[in-house]
Formats: sequence, structure tokens, C-alpha cells
Amino acid sequence: MILSMFMAPEKAAPAAQKAAETAQAAQAVADPTLHKQGAGAVWETVSPWAELPQASTFAEGVDLLYMFIVALSVFFFVLIMGVQGYFMWKYHRKSDDQKTSSITHNGKIEFLWSAVPAVLLVVIFVWGEVDFLKQSVSPPDAVQVRVTGRQWFWTVEYPDYPGVQLTSSVDENAVTLVVPKGKPVQLTLTSEDVIHDFYIPAFRVKRDVVPGRYTTFWFEATQVGEFNLYCAEYCGDQHSAMIGKVKVLDPEHYAAYLIEAGKLEQEEGESMAAYGQRIYGKRGCNACHSLDGSPKIGPSWKGLWNKQETTDKGSVTIDDNYIKESVLEPNAQIVVGFEGVKMPSYKGQLDDKQISAVVEFIKTLK
Amino acid sequence: MADKESKHEAGHAREPSYLVAQKGLKSWLLTIDHKRLGMMYLGATMVFFFIAGMSAIAFRTELLTPGPGEISWVLEKLGMDPTQSATTYNKLFTVHGAVMVFLVIIPSVPAALGNFLLPLMLGAKDVAFPRLNLLSFWVYTLGALFFVYTLFAGGLDTGWTFYTPYSSNFSGTAVLSATFGAFILGFSSILTGLNFMVTIHKMRAPGMTWNRMPLFCWAIYATAVIQVLATPVLAITLMLLIAEKTLNIGIFDPAMGGDPVLFQHFFWFYSHPAVYIMILPGFGIVSELIAVHSRKHIFGYKAIALSSVAIAIISFVVWGHHMFVSGQSELAGIVFSFLTFAVAVPTAIKVFSWVATLYRGSIQFNTPMLYGLMFLFTFTIGGLTGVFLGTLSVDVHLHDTYFVVAHFHYVMMGGTIIAFIGGLHHWWPKMTGRMYPEWQGRWASLFIFVGFNMTFFNQFVMGQQGMPRRYYTYVPQFQQQHVLSSIGAYILLVGFLWIAYYLLGSLRKKNAPKEPLPDNPWGGASLEWHTQTPPIEHNFHGQPRVDSDPYSFPQIDRTGQVDHH
Repeated sequence: MILSMFMAPEKAAPAAQKAAETAQAAQAVADPTLHKQGAGAVWETVSPWAELPQASTFAEGVDLLYMFIVALSVFFFVLIMGVQGYFMWKYHRKSDDQKTSSITHNGKIEFLWSAVPAVLLVVIFVWGEVDFLKQSVSPPDAVQVRVTGRQWFWTVEYPDYPGVQLTSSVDENAVTLVVPKGKPVQLTLTSEDVIHDFYIPAFRVKRDVVPGRYTTFWFEATQVGEFNLYCAEYCGDQHSAMIGKVKVLDPEHYAAYLIEAGKLEQEEGESMAAYGQRIYGKRGCNACHSLDGSPKIGPSWKGLWNKQETTDKGSVTIDDNYIKESVLEPNAQIVVGFEGVKMPSYKGQLDDKQISAVVEFIKTLK
Repeated sequence: MADKESKHEAGHAREPSYLVAQKGLKSWLLTIDHKRLGMMYLGATMVFFFIAGMSAIAFRTELLTPGPGEISWVLEKLGMDPTQSATTYNKLFTVHGAVMVFLVIIPSVPAALGNFLLPLMLGAKDVAFPRLNLLSFWVYTLGALFFVYTLFAGGLDTGWTFYTPYSSNFSGTAVLSATFGAFILGFSSILTGLNFMVTIHKMRAPGMTWNRMPLFCWAIYATAVIQVLATPVLAITLMLLIAEKTLNIGIFDPAMGGDPVLFQHFFWFYSHPAVYIMILPGFGIVSELIAVHSRKHIFGYKAIALSSVAIAIISFVVWGHHMFVSGQSELAGIVFSFLTFAVAVPTAIKVFSWVATLYRGSIQFNTPMLYGLMFLFTFTIGGLTGVFLGTLSVDVHLHDTYFVVAHFHYVMMGGTIIAFIGGLHHWWPKMTGRMYPEWQGRWASLFIFVGFNMTFFNQFVMGQQGMPRRYYTYVPQFQQQHVLSSIGAYILLVGFLWIAYYLLGSLRKKNAPKEPLPDNPWGGASLEWHTQTPPIEHNFHGQPRVDSDPYSFPQIDRTGQVDHH
């Protein structure tokens, strides 16, 4: 198909994949923090010549208009270059005193080659405008999602599912956004710092994420699967690391997934350290703090407990008090070397019990 | 006109050219000769072209692999902090863009070629305000110094577009010196534009009506109008950014009730017309190349002339097409999209007219013509891909992806730079009194053509597949295409170095021609070809008079025999 020449793929979705997806969805309900962990990026490498999935109701229309413009462009390009090539061949200079034509203009031709493109351009314009307007009026029953962009990760929350908070992290292959298939989803986005942009190529949607105001767009996903999500407005050092995964689930699994994802209480028989590790994965700590010593946006947690550190306010020992302060008032004492980073506060988002669990988890990271 | 003028000039003994008429460094640094100023601009813009080009080579090397690596390796070898590699990458693409836009493409054709050619083509002794012209050059130099300082004071990592709040409140780089440098450079552009407008209005030779002016002059005129009207808005915008950073006035800061998107409106109000400042002079060059080297009157003179003016006017009302997903209203998007399509029509008319000029011509495939023909290929692709981006629903997908990067490189590099190189070769004998080696010119052009398309064509595909721009790392699926793009960049580098090598080589003493070059090596019919090569200091021995248009080549058959089947 012509499309395959121009588009690249993320995941092929044949029957086997569907089976795996159902199994994974079932498993996801049981353990919503199922991630692939690892130092290297776990984004699948697929052939550059496979197709970008048409995974939303907008995608086919956008692709069709795109291909229409491609077709017209190819037609006119071949025409113009063909004529040019022909003239180059036929009218190359054969002798130095060769005579040339005195033609300087032709009203009929000039009118035609102005009017025909003008008409075609109007057609393209109208088509693009109509499709664009469809994208801006969200259906009234859309699932509501709130997205916050920060340097350099996304936080996604669901007003209908309190306590659910999904984040992005390039290393963790974290699921950033979960949506049900076949239902409209409206995103309301804002930024805590600079302008970002929320871009899901498979859905053909994109919107800037601006500090101090809200932008909004909607879509309806048509395929179960996982799709890449990118920040598409340059936002500083780690702009290219601000990528995430969008997971589309069948509506039956979607609700269960989010309810599981929202639960953040210490389970029966679970140690505080294990609880703290789950909090690490589900409250966005993993976006900026590594566990293996490798430098990320913030200091690594490996070997952090009882470490002597130099901060911008003097020397400090990393203990319960310092960690709690860093969680609630992160910019009170910043470790030297991280002065430029503005860690967001977790005041109101983590209670004392959860902070203690995080401390216990950190203690295990020698 | 052609014969009359050459006899007029041929009747004079050879006089010292403008290059040697006055001697000493001071005679260059304080020159008011438009030709000397043009050559100085040429030298300066080419130095910055090299700097910005090497920045690109550096970050294209980083992009050979999806993860970090190349830049951190270099930083380590230089004894610098390898964890700064992402920031270094961001500085490299910012410097590439900012230097290319402000120090190379905006000045190059108008200030270098325009300065040299405009008075000659009009039959004038110099521009309307020669001292103002000198001031323009030194203002350019001052602005350039601020940019050079920026490179040494920590660089710049905001992107050439300086979007707030990143540039105003978050970047730790030398934003102030860079914005102040761009602010100063703007005045050079404004003064040059003003000078050219007045020159064209008041200093055309007797008999040269507007419709007997070379199309290069029409292009310079339209460009000058934009320079004068749009650049002050850039100046104000940059002043506001400086005030935001230094005085915290809060105009772009949401915490103080300001609006970061306002910056985008202000910025693009200038920067969109600016891209037409970049391309219109290139259009002017192409008209000259195609006509002269096919010895045929340009087809559709009036249409080409007036379309330049139309483009200049419409260019002021399309800026919002850079902001379709910024959160601006849908109505604004619709209006801007419609007007963006409107500007495509005059542009298409030019391309068709240039191709039509070749019809029944006598085409010589020398280096300038090869670049002129190459322009038609690459600019057509650039222009057509603009249609995708002006289309609202499609732009939502393509905005801020490599598709945009490919589009603007096709029009700015495939357009302006290729036209510029063509013009450089075409007027090289006239400007320097030297001839470049023709076979090297043709072969180097092949490197440029192949390298350019290899670098940028597959970026359209990448962008459509969702590869965002300004990315230091990327998902592995795009690696093959990035490698292809980087190889193309290396081929381009070879091509450009080759051109520099033989052009500079032609200036060496040992390569001086044994006989002075003829006034008119190509058989052109505009006035610059009917004076000495290189010209004398005051251009012509006496005021030229004009009684026909600048495309009246002697080979044009007015008896109708050529058109008679």
C-alpha cells in the first residue's frame, strides 16, 4: 500500500499480538505496575518502512488528506520537472549564434497556471479546516484526563479515578496515559514550567502544553495497544527524554486497570521498603531518580542513606529529616550540582506513612 | 541597449578596478563604495556560514546513534564534563539556526550580492546613501561580535526561536548577549532595506522605467519593503525579552499575569516575513540566471515582478501558521491557514514562469545555470511541502517534527543558498575579475545536489512517522534514516569545501587571468555586463541611458522564424 512507503510503525497488531494483549491486560489488572525495567531503552525497534498505526478516529482522515496532497505534489512535481527536463534536453545550446524565441508571455497559459493551483489549494484548505474543527470540539461524554507537563516528565491524572497518577520515564518504559478503546477522551493540559507539547503520532494529535493556562484536545482510540508519546516543543536539556507510552485497553479492562493503579496503600504482609518501592514507581520518583547510581535529572538513590552531602546551604547528612524535607520542600536545601533543577513538591500527595516507606526503601539501596 | 552600452564602455581605456583604485586597509574599512561593502559582507557571511555549517556537522554526527555518545566522547577528550552532552547538543542546533538565520541568510543575498549589483544594474554610481551603507556594515559587524561573544560566554540553548518562558526564565546560557546581538543586526537590515528602496525609486538610469528594471532589482525592492517594515517588530520583541530577563517585567511570565504565547505572536510576526527576506532575493537571482544562460527573455516579467510584491504583502499576515497547536483560537488558525495558501499562488507562478523561460531558448549548462536549474528542483519540493504544513489538520500531526525541518531546509538551503551559490558563480568574474574553473564548478554542484537531497529528503518521511525535532536522543526505529541524513551532510560538507577551495583559489596571484576578463563573459543584457570587469570605482564612465529592457539578448529572433514551426 502506498502508505507503507511513507509511514513507519510502532507495533504490528496481528492476531498473536491480540492474544498477547489480552493476556497482558489481564496481567495488568493483577499488577498495574508491570514495567520493563532496565538501563537501556526498551522501545521496540521496528522497521522504518512499516506503517504508522492509524490508532484514532482522526488518523484515517488525516492520512487520506496527507496522501491527497502527496498525490497532487507528485503530479505537479513530475509535470514541472518533466517539462523542465524536456526543455533542457531539447533546447540545449547547439551553436553559439543559435536563435531563441521572442515569446515573453502568454495570457491564457498564465491565467490557467494561476487559477488551477488556486482552486486546488482552496480544496485542500477547506478539507484541512473541516477535519481540524472536528478535532477541536470534544464530545460531551468524553472521559476526562488531566495532564501536567514538567521538565522533564509527564504526570497524568484522572478526575474520575482519584489517587491515580501515571508518569513518564524513558528508562522505565512507564505507561503514561491509559485510555479506553472506542470512547472519546478529552485531555486538559498545563505546564508547571516551560512550554511543552503532547504528541501521539499514532493518533495524529498534538497540542502545546503552556504554563499558566490550559489547552485541550480530544481523541478516540481505535486500536488496543501501546503507542509512543513525545514532547514536541523544545523545553531544555532533557526534551528528548520526555517520552512516554500510551496504553489503549478494552473498556472492561480500562476501569480495572486504573482502579488498581490508583491504589497506593501498604498491602497486608508487605514490608515498608516494598511499599516504598511501589511508591517510587507510581508517584513519578522514577522519572528523575535512578536506583543504580547512574545520574539522571536528580541524584541517584543508590547509597543515599546516611550519605554526607554538600548542599547549597552547607553540609548535610541524608537522613529521615532531609528526605522528608526534600519531598515536601524540595528546594530548601539542594545538593550541589543540581541547583538548576526545580523538583516539584509532593505536599498533599504523599502522607507521612508513604514518606517513611520511601525512606525505608532508600535504606535498602546500598 | 546591449550593443550601445558595450560600445560606450568599450571605447574607454581600461582603468583600475574598484578593488585596487584605493589602497590600504583604511580604504576598505571606511569605504563608501557599494562594491567593496558587498565583498566585505560576502566574506563575513561566508565565515559565519562555515561556523553554522560545522555546528550542524557536529550534531548530525551525534545523531548517528539513537542514544547519547558522540558528543560526550568529544567532551571527555577535551577534558570537559561529559554529562553536559545534552546541553551541548542543544547549543549546537541553536547556534546553527541562529547564526544561519541572522548572520548568513538574511544578510547574504541582499547585503552581499545586492549591494554589489543593485547600483550597477540600475546604471547608478552608488546607492542612495553610501555612508549609511557603511554604517549598515559596521552595525552588522557589531551584532556579529555579540554573537561571537555568546559562543564564548556559554553558548545559547534556547533554539533560534527563543520561546518563553524557557528563554526568559529557565535557560542558563548567554541569552542576553545573543538577543542583543540579534537586536543590533536588525538595524543593519533595516538601514540596508531603506537604502535599497530609495536607490530603486530615485536612481534608475534615464529610460529605465520600473518595467525595464532587472527582476533581481524587483526582488531586492520587495525584500527591502519587508526589511523596513518587519524588522522593527523583531527589535521590540527582543527588547521585551531582554526586559523580561533583566527587569522581570512579567509580560511573558504567567506567574505575573503575562502570556508566554504572546512572545510567539510577536516573534513570528517578524520571523515569517523574515523567511521571505531570505527567499525573495534568491528568486531574483534565479530570474537572472535562467534568462541569461538560456539567452531568452524571461517569461512573464510582469507576473514575476508583481508576485514578489504580492508575496511581500501577504507575508505579513500568515505568521500564525507557526502556531496552529499553540493554543491559539481555531478561528485564528483558519484565517492564517487560508492566507498561507494565498501566498503559495504567486510563488507557483514564478516557478512556472522560469520553466517557461527555457522554452525555445539556447541553454548552456554552465555552473550558474546548473544551480539555477537545481533551484527549480529543490525549491519546488520545498514549496510543495509547505502546502502540507499550511493544512490545519495535517499540520497538527507534522508540526515540530522533522517534516518541518526538511521543508525549511528545502526552501532556505535548497532555495536561497543554492540560488546564492549560482549567483556567486554567475557574478564572480564581474566581482573579482577572476574566473572559477568550470569543470570543478560543475562537479562540485553534483556533490551539493546529491548531498543536499540525501540529507533532507528522507526527513520528510521521518517527520511523518512521528520523529520530533530538536531531539538529542531518539527511538531506535529512526536510526537508519538519521544515518542516511548524516552521510548526506558529510557529502554536502565536501561539496562546500570544494567550492570554497576553487573560488578562493581563483583569487590567488598565480591564477590571475593573462588577459583581463571581458566585460560580458555570459552575454547578459543588463547594465552590469556593460561596464568593465571588475567595474571601475564609480561604475560607469558616464550616465548610461536605457531604451530597452534587460533581457533583450541579441540571439532573440524577432522575425518570428524561431517560433514558426
